[in-house]
Amino acid sequence: MSDFDRTAEYAIHHSEEAGKKMRKTIWLIFWVLLVVTGVEVTLGLIWKDMGLAWSFVKWTFIILTLVKAYYIVAYYMHLKHEYKNFIYAVALPYIVLIAYLIVMMLTEAMYIHEEADLLM
Amino acid sequence: MAGHTAPIDSKKLWGGGISPFNASYGKIMMWFFLVSDAFTFSGLLISYGYMRHRFEDVWPVAEDVFTHFPFLHGDHPLLYVALMTFILIMSSVTMVLAVEAGQRMNKKGVTLWMALTIVGGLIFVGSQAWEWYHFIHGTELGALQLADGTIAQWASAAKDALILPGGAEITGVEAAAMIQAGTEVYGANLTVNEYGVPLFGDFFFFITGFHGTHVFSGVVLNFIIFVNVLKGTYEKRGHYEMVEKVGLYWHFVDLVWVFVFTFFYLI
Repeated sequence: MSDFDRTAEYAIHHSEEAGKKMRKTIWLIFWVLLVVTGVEVTLGLIWKDMGLAWSFVKWTFIILTLVKAYYIVAYYMHLKHEYKNFIYAVALPYIVLIAYLIVMMLTEAMYIHEEADLLM
Repeated sequence: MAGHTAPIDSKKLWGGGISPFNASYGKIMMWFFLVSDAFTFSGLLISYGYMRHRFEDVWPVAEDVFTHFPFLHGDHPLLYVALMTFILIMSSVTMVLAVEAGQRMNKKGVTLWMALTIVGGLIFVGSQAWEWYHFIHGTELGALQLADGTIAQWASAAKDALILPGGAEITGVEAAAMIQAGTEVYGANLTVNEYGVPLFGDFFFFITGFHGTHVFSGVVLNFIIFVNVLKGTYEKRGHYEMVEKVGLYWHFVDLVWVFVFTFFYLI
């Protein structure tokens, strides 16, 4: 039980100095989110004219979305600064679920799409 | 009982006398609530993805559906949704700034940033209402629901030629017969959708509606906390952790929108 401090103050307090640094991070993340969203929208508008393959564009969207999600959860929701065990408690169910869902989507939906005529 | 323990302020501990994860009970329960809530959203988005694959041939492209922009004429695909996304990201920033100000016990800062967050949330809810209105209202031209239930678009404003879902154009006598047998539809509701399969509309209303409900309740929660901030409740309590908890919820709402934006509008 040495890794947690029983008397620790929960409600986080910090100094003016630390606050300045935190605000800098907050705005930096804001620019990251804004630029990523801008790239997504631009790509959504011009990918046809650029002659890009849809599957490439689709996966780019998915990866960029996960990037945004990471920054929001890690920095805005401060999950990165919580206890490691807590991070696992929150994130692990997700990682398992997402892997499962991707498999379900790809196999089941594709199958049912191919067999659509039989189901009608 | 082993050794000495430092005197513990009972206010900081859970009922069992310790603090798992070194965080307060309320904050951890908020996280677990968000995990379960995210599962609900995942379920909605996944069933959307599944049906979208299933009806790939007749699924409308979101880009062709949401082309309106306030006070502007013509087609502006994605622009409005991009603006809504920007507003929500912005309100996330003001929220996290409120949390940061709270950690410095800066009441003025918390008040300002919380107020801006509420305004951002209200603008977002308003934007969504506006988008719903246009989706329900539909286009001026409308579309034709054929006798077999599929939707054909008008090839011209004169409404004498049709474009079938596959892209084939029908004119002349054949088109006249189809028009005779079909019904004209405008806009979308839960059973009819001029842009394509009704399922698209169902998912649109359900997913963005469920998300909008979250935004709205987030605004209400933010407002309650905002009033408490003004009353000095947290100043007296010695910390602004309630702002942090409500902030977690607010960021979660933003997070869900990030996914809705990608899966509903972009892909």
